Amino acid sequence: MPHYHGLFVILWALLPSLALLIVFISIDSLVQGIIIENHLPQSVILLGQDEINYSISVLKKNIQNLPSILSLEILSTNSANSLYKTYLFYRISCLTFISFLSILLSFLASKRLKIRFDARRNVEKILKFIFFVFSIVAVLTTFGIILSLIFETVRFFSQVSFVEFLFGTHWSPQTAIREGQVGSSGSFGAIPIFTGTLLITSISMLIAVPLGLYSAIYLSQYARPKVRNYFKPILEILAGIPTVVYGFFAALSVGPFIRSFGESFGLTVSTESALAAGLVMGVMIIPYVSSLSDDVMSAVPESLRDGSLALGATKSETIRKVVFPAALPGIVGAILLAISRAIGETMIVVMAAGLAANLTANPLSAVTTVTVQIVTLLVGDQEFDSPKTLAAFALGLVLFFITLALNILAMVTVRKYRERYE
Amino acid sequence: MNKNIRQLTLKRQFAEKRFKFYGQASLFLALLMLVVIISSMTYRSIPAFTNYGLNLNINLSQKNIDKDNINYRRLIRENISSLDSGCEDRKCRREFSRLFSLGAAYDLKDSLENDPSLLKKDFNKFILFSDDADLFYKFGIDKNLPENERRLNDREISWLNDFQDAGLVEKRFSTNLFTNGDSREPEIAGVLGAVVGSLFTIFITLIISFPIGVFSAIYLESFAPKNKLTDFIEVNINNLAAVPSIVFGLLGLALFINFFGMPRSAPLVGGCVLSLMTLPVIIIATRASLQAVPPSIREAALAMGASEMQVVFQHLFPAALPGILTGTIIGLARAFGESAPLLLIGMVAFVVDIPGSVTDPATALPVQVYLWADSPERAFVAKTSAATLVLIFLLIVINLAAVILRKKYQLKW
Repeated sequence: MPHYHGLFVILWALLPSLALLIVFISIDSLVQGIIIENHLPQSVILLGQDEINYSISVLKKNIQNLPSILSLEILSTNSANSLYKTYLFYRISCLTFISFLSILLSFLASKRLKIRFDARRNVEKILKFIFFVFSIVAVLTTFGIILSLIFETVRFFSQVSFVEFLFGTHWSPQTAIREGQVGSSGSFGAIPIFTGTLLITSISMLIAVPLGLYSAIYLSQYARPKVRNYFKPILEILAGIPTVVYGFFAALSVGPFIRSFGESFGLTVSTESALAAGLVMGVMIIPYVSSLSDDVMSAVPESLRDGSLALGATKSETIRKVVFPAALPGIVGAILLAISRAIGETMIVVMAAGLAANLTANPLSAVTTVTVQIVTLLVGDQEFDSPKTLAAFALGLVLFFITLALNILAMVTVRKYRERYE
Repeated sequence: MNKNIRQLTLKRQFAEKRFKFYGQASLFLALLMLVVIISSMTYRSIPAFTNYGLNLNINLSQKNIDKDNINYRRLIRENISSLDSGCEDRKCRREFSRLFSLGAAYDLKDSLENDPSLLKKDFNKFILFSDDADLFYKFGIDKNLPENERRLNDREISWLNDFQDAGLVEKRFSTNLFTNGDSREPEIAGVLGAVVGSLFTIFITLIISFPIGVFSAIYLESFAPKNKLTDFIEVNINNLAAVPSIVFGLLGLALFINFFGMPRSAPLVGGCVLSLMTLPVIIIATRASLQAVPPSIREAALAMGASEMQVVFQHLFPAALPGILTGTIIGLARAFGESAPLLLIGMVAFVVDIPGSVTDPATALPVQVYLWADSPERAFVAKTSAATLVLIFLLIVINLAAVILRKKYQLKW
């Protein structure tokens, strides 16, 4: 089949040079920085790191265009010219190199084409390799997450002590800006944030676990198949509604409702209460608990159920004493996944739980969570080296590892359950 | 003895009923919440679809107007001067102007520039009220509050009552929500810019995550040798599906923006971040639908002399395509409703213009909901509810497409 021969040459001509092009594009910003730094005048360098970084970022934006480099008036005419030319030379030489490589490889590939040459097998080998590279992307993403979080977190702990972060009880990152001096900047005790997260997660689980489990029991054990086929997807809509809608609902309706309800009993309730956020999050989590529990309870072998019924147990006794214990590992897995989902949930708490880092177990007061703090620390203007922004990455790392541990635990328990009955 | 057994039986029967009732009640409660959320959003969004305004007869022919330099706000003010009961100072005039939307001046400007002949004749123009005046007509105002705590003072209220008595006030259906970009003025703010931004973002997500997801699923399902490395990749993919979305935002900020120097607030970066999130969904769906193709197809093709690659691309992949597309659409729907990672990469900017490319600053529809929900103006409550309805509606459309695709094209073996 001749088209495999053509494909063989095309792949050799395009793939390596395409890969090289991607590499060049991704390091372009880095190279720009290095070239610019070599051209910066002494006057800028003396002004310190902030000024250098600023000049580099402005020059990067205008590096394609000589008049606009000049109009910035950071560089003298000579060095601006040289900067422009150096970068242009770099670009042209990159492109030339890539084109040359492409021509060379296609020439070499066409040399290999002979009558006895098995082009199909060779092309498929190349394609398999490409597919393998694609499947590595998921792994690269995980590594990217871990590396970027750890990298910034290490920088954070070079400025704030590890013990203070994990065991400190006072969180007020905002002061870091006002004082502006190294060492005495802000306080980063994350205990109030962790307890806040725990409080809201517990409230949401108090809602989601009973409602989700009972719904699952009803759908899998009592409801007729037709009813189940209708109601299961409808219940899952709850998980499909964007979380920002829940957040808006919590802030607009549930928060004020709880406040006026509490005040009629003489309680002081803040509009942004842990209770409001937890309740609404609990509703959102219901399908995460119910769907998986429903599946595992349906998968309990019929023989177990029949045996129990034959001994005279009622349906509810069978469910409580036989089906539920048999399905317990799967249900625990579902609940663990739901907890991990609740801890990582962002929009509901950002909109309804508040920013104040109170160390309290009172569900009627405003508390803050890990995700809320990440968002508030990173949204808006930010300088990138302050402990304030780096703290967000430290919190992100904690969040990532906690949810990772929960997910792995959930996966292991569910797998054990599956092995038991399959 | 007999009596005891009967009592026990009754107790057990009651327990049975109670247990079943708990199940029904929880399901009912969960569904009730769904209904409550949707209906409360719908109810609150109603005011967003109408606007009050003045139906004003404007005649500019007698006036001496400098065509190149028209003050449109003043034009509006002076044309209502018949009702303007004596404004002497600037403060009063400013208060009077404040009753009308800034958008009304732009609107008048547009129509005068489109049709200069209007300068010489009578014409009717619908002048939009500002949000405070609009809310006054919609809900009234609590006059018991002290004047300085109200959004409108006594003089402004009396003007508004005058307009109504003169029969000039008119309520019109408003499509601003669907045709405008964002604005600081609630009465002219719309979601078009955010919807376009969302579409750009989803487009980028699709073109990155679909090929990568499908090809890596095909590799793992059909070609991968069973070894430690592929096991590791599998565990990784399953894990990635459960990583909180905000962590992807942190990755996007650290990697794409700070390391690669990509532009902030751009749908390009948003799409990259969301595609990493969607990737596991697509991979898992693709693998499931490839597994659903019966092995006989594969064996038949192999027996006819096809290579592994030909079996996959000429037989397995076409058969699995409906399932793959359904999974992709569901993954994209989730990305469409996602906002947390977009907050971190700067797609929360106040963007008035409708973005024209994937590198323009933009925001996304769910983020727009978040931004509006944060606004202090009361009129934004209705707009936000309406925006959530638009969001939910679009998600329903996307999910329906997935359901129809599955029903229509899925092969039964």
